[in-house]
Amino acid sequence: MLLVTCPWCGPRDETEFHYGGQAHVPHPADPAALDDRQWAEYVFYRENPKGPFAERWMHATGCRRWFNALRDTASYRILATYRPHEPRPSPQPVETPTAPPSPGDRRAAGSSGGNR
Amino acid sequence: MTTEPLPEHPEPLWRNPEPRSSYDVVIVGGGGHGLATAYYLASVHGITNVAVLEKGWLAGGNMARNTTIIRSNYLWDESAALYEHALKLWEGLPDELDYDFLFSQRGVLNLAHTLQDVREGTRRANANRLNGVDSVWLGPDEIAEVCPILNTSPDTRYPVLGGTYQPRAGIAKHDHVAWALARRADALGVDLIQGCEVTGFLKDGNRVTGVETTRGRIHAGRVGLAAAGHSSVLAELAGFRLPVQSHPLQALVSELHEPVHPTVVMSNHVHVYVSQAHKGELVMGAGVDAYNGYGQRGAFHVIEQQMAAAVELFPVFARAHVLRTWGGIVDVTPDASPIIGATPVDGLFVNCGWGTGGFKATPAAGWTFAHTLATGVPHPLNEPFSLDRFTTGALIDEHGAAAVAH
Ligand SMILES: Cc1cc2nc3c(=O)[nH]c(=O)nc-3n(C[C@H](O)[C@H](O)[C@H](O)COP(=O)(O)OP(=O)(O)OC[C@H]3O[C@@H](n4cnc5c(N)ncnc54)[C@H](O)[C@@H]3O)c2cc1C
Ligand SMILES: [Zn+2]
Repeated sequence: MLLVTCPWCGPRDETEFHYGGQAHVPHPADPAALDDRQWAEYVFYRENPKGPFAERWMHATGCRRWFNALRDTASYRILATYRPHEPRPSPQPVETPTAPPSPGDRRAAGSSGGNR
Repeated sequence: MTTEPLPEHPEPLWRNPEPRSSYDVVIVGGGGHGLATAYYLASVHGITNVAVLEKGWLAGGNMARNTTIIRSNYLWDESAALYEHALKLWEGLPDELDYDFLFSQRGVLNLAHTLQDVREGTRRANANRLNGVDSVWLGPDEIAEVCPILNTSPDTRYPVLGGTYQPRAGIAKHDHVAWALARRADALGVDLIQGCEVTGFLKDGNRVTGVETTRGRIHAGRVGLAAAGHSSVLAELAGFRLPVQSHPLQALVSELHEPVHPTVVMSNHVHVYVSQAHKGELVMGAGVDAYNGYGQRGAFHVIEQQMAAAVELFPVFARAHVLRTWGGIVDVTPDASPIIGATPVDGLFVNCGWGTGGFKATPAAGWTFAHTLATGVPHPLNEPFSLDRFTTGALIDEHGAAAVAH
C-alpha cells in the first residue's frame, strides 16, 4: 500500500484516497473550434508513461480536496505531492532525499510516500 | 537427504534461433497474442518468414499471470462475434495443435446483486441469444443447482438476485496454451526470439521498415505490436499515441483442495471471481489497482477486499489459505474493448487494449491480427475495433460485460 502525503493533511494510507488519472489536462479554451480528432485527444487520450507521471488524487476520507502527485509508475515511488494551482515539480532523481519539512510546515512538497 | 539424480531434461518445444537481419513480418511481444498471430500467419496465410520478438521469456507477461477465464457472453454484436469466434477456435485447438492444454468447458456464472445488475444481465443474455451465444438467465434457485457451494440465501449483504450462465465457457491451462502455439509456430518456420527487447523503430518517411532491438537491427516488411501492458511505451517510440492506460491487475491462489467448485463464478458488484484449477487451487481475482502502474504488483488491500467478497459468497472458503499472489500489467481502453488494426504509421499495426480480459480472445486476436498483417486490411471481425473509433465516436462499450470481470 502506498503512503500518500496529502498537501493539507500529511501522510495517510492509500485507502483514504481516490485516484484521478493524469493531471494538468486543460479544458479546451475554445471548445467550438475543436475538430473530432482534437475532441478525441481531449476526451480519450491520456499520457501513459513508464516513469514519472503527474496525476490527480483526492483525499476522499480526509479533507476531500483534490491535489496532484508526481509518481514513478514503474517503482510506484511518489516523488512529490503538490496543490492543484502549483506547477508540476521537475522529477528529482530518486536517490536525492528531499529536504525534511520544517516543523509545522505540512505543505512541504517532498513526500515521504513510497512503495511497500 | 537422498540425492536422486535429476530426470532428463525434456525435449525443447521450440528452437532458440539467432535473429536474422530481416523478416516479412516482425511481431513485438511473445505473449499469447503474439504467438497466436505467428501461428495463424504461418498456418492460414502461408507467411512463415516471421519473427516474434520477446524482451523476456516466452509468455512470461500477462499470458503467465491471467486467471484463464474463457467466455463469449459480451453485449454488442461486434464483441459477441469476436469472442464467439475465439470460443469456437478454442473448441478445435487442442486437436489442431495436438496438445491437451486442459480446456474445460465448465461454464461461467456472472452474478447479479442489484436491480441494475439484473437489468444488465437479462439484457446481455437476450442479446447473446440473438447472436447465437449460449447464454441463459438463471434465478437464485437455478444458480444454487449449478454451484451448490455458493451462498444464495437472501440474508447476505448483497444477496444473489440471479445471474447469466454460459455453459460453453470455462478455463484452460494458460502456459500450456502458449507452449502449444509456440511449438507449432516454430515447426512451421517462425523464429521465436527471447531476450530481445524492441527499443526503437526504423522508418522511411512514414513507413516502418524495421525495429531496433537489444540484439541488433531487424528489418521487416510489416510490424505488429502485441505488447499488452507496454503498448503505450512502444507507440511512443514509434511516434504515435494510444488511448490506453496501464494498470496493475492482481490475482491469487489458495493451497490445493479437493474439488469443491464445479464452475466459474464472477461478481462485478462485490468484486471477485473464483474458479478451481485442475490441481485444486482456488484461483481468484478482482479489479485493477486504481492507479497507472507498470510494476507487475499492486496493493494488499485489493487482495483483502476480494477475499472478503469471496468468503461472503462461498462460506466454505473461510478456512482456505492464500498461497501466492501476483500481478500483471493490463492496458485498459476507454470503452473496455480492444484495438486491432492500423496505426498512423504505414506498415505498423497494433493489437492492444485487451485490458483485463484478453486471454479468452487469444485465438481470435491471433486470427484477426494475422489477417490484418498478411493483407494490410482488417478482417471483418476486427474492422469495428479500429483505433479510429475514438475519433468517429463508434465506441463498443463493454463495461457491463467486462468491468471487474475478465
Ligand atoms: C492477474 C490477471 C488476470 C487475468 N485474468 C484473465 C482471465 O481470467 N481471462 C481473460 O480472458 N483474460 C485475463 N487477463 C488478461 C490477459 O492476460 C491479457 O489480456 C492477455 O494475456 C494479453 O495478451 P498477451 O498474452 O499477448 O499479453 P502478454 O503475455 O503480456 O504479452 C505481451 C508481451 O510483450 C512483451 N514486450 C513488452 N514490451 C516489449 C518490447 N519493447 N520488446 C519486446 N517484447 C516486449 C512482454 O514482455 C510480454 O511478454 C488477466 C490478466 C492479469 C494480469
Ligand atoms: Zn487531506
